[in-house]
Amino acid sequence: MIKFKLNGSVVETDALSTVRLLDLLREEFDLIGSKEGCGEGECGACSVLVNNLVQNSCLIPIGALEGAEVQTIEGYSQTPQYQVLNECYATSGGVQCGFCTPGMIIATEALLSKNPNPTEEEIREGISGNLCRCTGYNMIVDAIQLAVKKGDGLW
Amino acid sequence: MITKDISQSVVKKDHVDKVAGQLPYISDVKMEDMLYGVLFRSPIAYGKVLSIQYPTLPEGYHVIGAEHIPGGNFVKILVPDQPIFANEWVNYIGEPIFMLVGKELKVLYQLLDEVEVEFEEHEATYTLDDAIGKMTDVMATHEFGESLQSIEKIEQEAYQIIEEEYETGYQEHVYLEPQGMLGIYQEDKIQVQGSMQCLYYIKNALISALACDDDEVRVIQSPTGGGFGGKEDFPSMMACHVAIAAQVVKKPVMLLFDRSEDLVVTTKRHPSKIKYKTALDKEGNILSMSTEVFLDGGANTGLSPVVLQRALLNSAGVYKIPHYHAKGYVLKTNTVPNGAFRGFGAPQSFAGIESHMGHLARIAGKDPLEYKRRYLVKQGDPTITNGRFRDPVFMEDMIEDLLETMKYRETKEEFTRFNQQSPRYKKGIGTSLFLHGCGFTGSGERDHIKATVKLLKTKEDKVLVKISNSDMGQGIFTTLSKIVAQELNVPYEEILFPYPDTKDVPDSGPTVASRTTMIVGKLLERAARRLKEQWQSGAEQEIVEHYVHEEMIPWDEKTFSGDAYPAYSWGVNMVEVEVDSLTGNVQLGEIHASFDIGKAIDERIVKGQIDGGMAQGLAYGFMEKMTSKQGKIQQRSITDYGPPTSMDIVHIESKLYDNPYAGGPYGAKGVGELTLIGGAPAVQSAIEDALAVSFYQIPITPEVIIESLEKREGEAVDKI
Repeated sequence: MIKFKLNGSVVETDALSTVRLLDLLREEFDLIGSKEGCGEGECGACSVLVNNLVQNSCLIPIGALEGAEVQTIEGYSQTPQYQVLNECYATSGGVQCGFCTPGMIIATEALLSKNPNPTEEEIREGISGNLCRCTGYNMIVDAIQLAVKKGDGLW
Repeated sequence: MITKDISQSVVKKDHVDKVAGQLPYISDVKMEDMLYGVLFRSPIAYGKVLSIQYPTLPEGYHVIGAEHIPGGNFVKILVPDQPIFANEWVNYIGEPIFMLVGKELKVLYQLLDEVEVEFEEHEATYTLDDAIGKMTDVMATHEFGESLQSIEKIEQEAYQIIEEEYETGYQEHVYLEPQGMLGIYQEDKIQVQGSMQCLYYIKNALISALACDDDEVRVIQSPTGGGFGGKEDFPSMMACHVAIAAQVVKKPVMLLFDRSEDLVVTTKRHPSKIKYKTALDKEGNILSMSTEVFLDGGANTGLSPVVLQRALLNSAGVYKIPHYHAKGYVLKTNTVPNGAFRGFGAPQSFAGIESHMGHLARIAGKDPLEYKRRYLVKQGDPTITNGRFRDPVFMEDMIEDLLETMKYRETKEEFTRFNQQSPRYKKGIGTSLFLHGCGFTGSGERDHIKATVKLLKTKEDKVLVKISNSDMGQGIFTTLSKIVAQELNVPYEEILFPYPDTKDVPDSGPTVASRTTMIVGKLLERAARRLKEQWQSGAEQEIVEHYVHEEMIPWDEKTFSGDAYPAYSWGVNMVEVEVDSLTGNVQLGEIHASFDIGKAIDERIVKGQIDGGMAQGLAYGFMEKMTSKQGKIQQRSITDYGPPTSMDIVHIESKLYDNPYAGGPYGAKGVGELTLIGGAPAVQSAIEDALAVSFYQIPITPEVIIESLEKREGEAVDKI
């Protein structure tokens, strides 16, 4: 039995400890916001926060999560920070096909929570583990820069 | 909201659900009793299947193969040469032979490992060069322009003849959402849903494969995580697989590719070889040019003949070349079939002609941009097929403006000084000039597509858009709704545009060829105008509009003459690079881009197309490399292939020129493909400028750069 905190609530699972966190989220908890784009930790579409750090949930065996705190896009979307990102991604045109977006939002949160005033270079580095094939990234970078301004004090 | 100017941006219709991650893509769908399918694929490039030993299947597991296909065993595209399941012969590594269906994916993969198939291998054609050497399997060919005899005469009197060969590699779409399709059996009817661009292509393929009536199949688009052409032709095959399986097992069957399967077996941009033979006078002026285009079609015809058409139609770029001749071929190889990819043959041609013109400029001792401008087409000029550029051409204005913004001359001088003082890092600036013909080639819209759109007004006075086009991220839910809202003068939020379902929407054509906004948008504009005239509050009303062909110079596909496109979008890209001559790494500097797309329906959405398309185009020129060895794709992961990350791309300063086209809604022309085309040639031109070396291929990877620098040093030593 593995016990950890998922989106603020303590959960337990008797799934094998080698099961990927991504599968557990999608299959057992019906949390579809974490997407599988590659299954090899290359695209970031499955990004979640584990103890406030951005992680590819496709690379995490759930055995490693005992006592950890996991936040997915479903949990994060209940926060005021999410509201700011949602608005800024809309205003800056950071969303096209949407498949990378939840992961990108999670990576943005991980970046801003560590560095509330990133330079453009730091933003590009912060989201470099998340692939996007539609936007060419620039409008996502714009969205994050806008969020830095609008979310004054939130991060 | 009601916007004054249609270009003013609004929040996209699907924004909120996408950010929250709660929009169900096909891999998010689960159904009771749903089974999964996995495909057994050919491990050899060419040969005969002698025998198949299936493992003992647990209860509830099935083999689905060619014997289960009620109709013809081919995927209906253009030519019936692509089997749904290979019968006797296999033609490429990865070709599906049969499908295993059952509840647990893990069990299915185990069973796949236990299958034993005996093949009789035959000698395969692995590369485009092999195919050019043989010239035995020509899938399509076209030839047009001035006669070769008269060109030969010009060549005989020319000061010099320049012959060049240019090569372009594969490009892989890497849509973030891998391919996926679900087949559902319901009371003798089949429903297919999944990630797709072309609902009616799939429906027609299903009717052919299932040998059923029109009302027995239904196709529904799921939210689609990127397409770029990769979900134009390929999904038809997957749809046939799941539909046939669902019909046999009478349960829902899901086929989902993981990334490595998607990379290895799905269609890609055609590798090409382009040969130029150009006659020059003493001053380096062009007297004549003949071009030969060879496309690697892969193992099946697919859409390749149409890709070849566009490649040929763009083979002279944006230039008026005196005495031009073009010929092209699609050749069969025993490799994964190539298909649609944003630009559809044009990116290869533009990379080639821009490269060739740049090299001719050097021979003439001119700056490449200055040389190219001498040949730029103008309004009223004939096209290479004796059509007309009948609308205003703003290329000169766009170039002039960019020269000023970029301080072209000063920057060039500054780079020259920098390069003289810096032995390791070299800076360069490059330009590409390009166009894109919007919509289907020739009379395709009139003769083949025959688009129909529908608007439905409910009793509650809500208006629904009923068309078969897919929003795959490019934002047509938003742009097309805006067109309808603007015509009706109602807030854009009141226009409803659900994911299309063939049971519910007429065939407005596929979501391809930069046609959706211009062609389908125009039909919706007309429908909305009629609805407004007939508007009866509280009544249900339906308006249907059909495509009306605007007669131009009639297109003749046999002779390749007439107007190939109703309108053209235009672009200029200027790119700065810094090349590390020790490692061969290329770093992008300032990037400027100007486009004439008629009129932007939503500026923010257009900017998204520009940034995303240019990122793909630039990376096609120097980063993205996919190779096939003995018929096997070598890149099995995204990192192996190398699409750009946020660290590779820089800010793009872009500008739009309004040049309304009467045949498009609010003057809009095509956008999506245009934005990709200029990236690779601009980046090549910039790298050449930095290193003073000529390249004859893309992608120009670090290896290519180092090799060419070593070769140049070798030549320098030889001369001493």
